[in-house]
Amino acid sequence: MIPAAFDYVRAGSASEAIAALAEHGDEAKLLAGGHSLIPLMRFRLARPAVVVDIGRLDDLKYIRDAGDHVAIGALTRHRDVETSELVANRAGLLGEVTSHVGDPQVRHRGTIGGAVAHGDPASDIPSALIALGATLVAAGPQGTREISVDDFFTGFLETALGDDELLTEVRIPATDGARWGFEKFNRRAQDWAIVGVSVVVRAGGEAGVGLVNMDSRPVRAAAVESAVAGGASAAEAAELAAVGCDPTEDLNASVEYRQHLARVLTRRALETAGL
Amino acid sequence: MEISVTINGTTHTHDVEPRTLLVHYIRDVVGLTGTNIGCDTSSCGACTIHINGESVKSCTVFAVQADGDDLLTIEGLAEGETLHPMQESFRQCHALQCGYCTPGMVMAAVSLLDENPDPTDREVRLGLEGNLCRCTGYHNIVKAVLHCAAGGEQ
Ligand SMILES: Cc1cc2nc3c(=O)[nH]c(=O)nc-3n(C[C@H](O)[C@H](O)[C@H](O)COP(=O)(O)OP(=O)(O)OC[C@H]3O[C@@H](n4cnc5c(N)ncnc54)[C@H](O)[C@@H]3O)c2cc1C
Ligand code: FES
Ligand code: FES
Repeated sequence: MIPAAFDYVRAGSASEAIAALAEHGDEAKLLAGGHSLIPLMRFRLARPAVVVDIGRLDDLKYIRDAGDHVAIGALTRHRDVETSELVANRAGLLGEVTSHVGDPQVRHRGTIGGAVAHGDPASDIPSALIALGATLVAAGPQGTREISVDDFFTGFLETALGDDELLTEVRIPATDGARWGFEKFNRRAQDWAIVGVSVVVRAGGEAGVGLVNMDSRPVRAAAVESAVAGGASAAEAAELAAVGCDPTEDLNASVEYRQHLARVLTRRALETAGL
Repeated sequence: MEISVTINGTTHTHDVEPRTLLVHYIRDVVGLTGTNIGCDTSSCGACTIHINGESVKSCTVFAVQADGDDLLTIEGLAEGETLHPMQESFRQCHALQCGYCTPGMVMAAVSLLDENPDPTDREVRLGLEGNLCRCTGYHNIVKAVLHCAAGGEQ
């Protein structure tokens, strides 16, 4: 279908984008890679009056070694994360998870910032950011602020970002020497995960576990993390994967089936991560 | 809004509505109908073209986003009467039946080999994950891509 008509604004800088958001309020939507927003607009599930294109903000396309963390500009495409040697060496889980997003065409356009700001519980990348304990950097009229990934996802397609804020950077604490596992269950190639899980086991043995599609927002499997900290085996810890989660039922899976998948996939991912 | 895009080496300038999808611009405004539309859900890949050398689903891009970009469509692949090696491999390996998915398949396959010149069978299948063939002719499509990677002709 053809999207509803809108006014198009091309932002030449981050501050222009923030000014456009301040001017148009919740009438406006940012457009990064467009691979979540355009499909919604084609179904007219989204019909913003103003689209602010940030796709050309080249100074927000970077992957940098910042010592204790890897800093990734919000407009960095999935393809660039997936093929980055720095990401592979210092945030390997994120590189692997990104390589499972959609298909090559999607990864040539979609951005890490868009995948995070969209707040989709079925998206793969947030699960990796939760496991890795990322920090998100947002810029608005009042300046910039840092948001822990644990405070970022507030509901279905809802995040802690204000209407007038732009996500500028994703910071991933470096996990040199870590091992990781990613499991994604779907019925057809290219589909979104029915359930997915990202696991990192850091060099000191501490685990981070993030779940895909197990709640109305991307969530941390805190019970699994504590069980690993307490010396549980992969099988014992994975039994707790669905604790505290409130998954939905849909055409693909019942609540019980999702809970079952979470336990099985978490065990496999923990085992892949060497537990 | 006025945009200028280079398609297969020729620069086109037009005034377009912001909501115009790139695939509609290419087909209906520029008149290059080799790029197909097979779905409404960004799933099928029939509309795959190259933007600045990389495969993209042109139904999931607004034409205004491509302003200033360098596009390649299936019409721009052959050199005159000489088919591109990927097109030639598809012909030799019988990698098409009805042909509807073929322009997108070929464009995705060329991009795949640009990024990974010597892929395994599995890498080809994963690399073409975004392209559906309703005739289900995947076996020969994969064969054609491997044939092209191995130098074509035999
Ligand atoms: C066919 C297909 C298959 C896919 N499969 C998967 C999959 O398997 N797994 C998966 O995880 N994802 C999948 N995706 C989604 C893909 O990863 C998207 O690229 C990503 O979710 C959104 O990134 P984007 O840059 O395209 O964002 P856009 O669509 O441009 O934006 C998405 C939302 O985020 C907002 N936004 C974007 N950037 C910023 C910013 N810097 N600051 C504030 N707000 C911002 C926008 O306003 C919009 O609301 C798929 C997409 C398609 C089309
Ligand atoms: S028409 Fe573009 S993916 Fe189907
Ligand atoms: S050849 Fe008919 S859809 Fe692929």
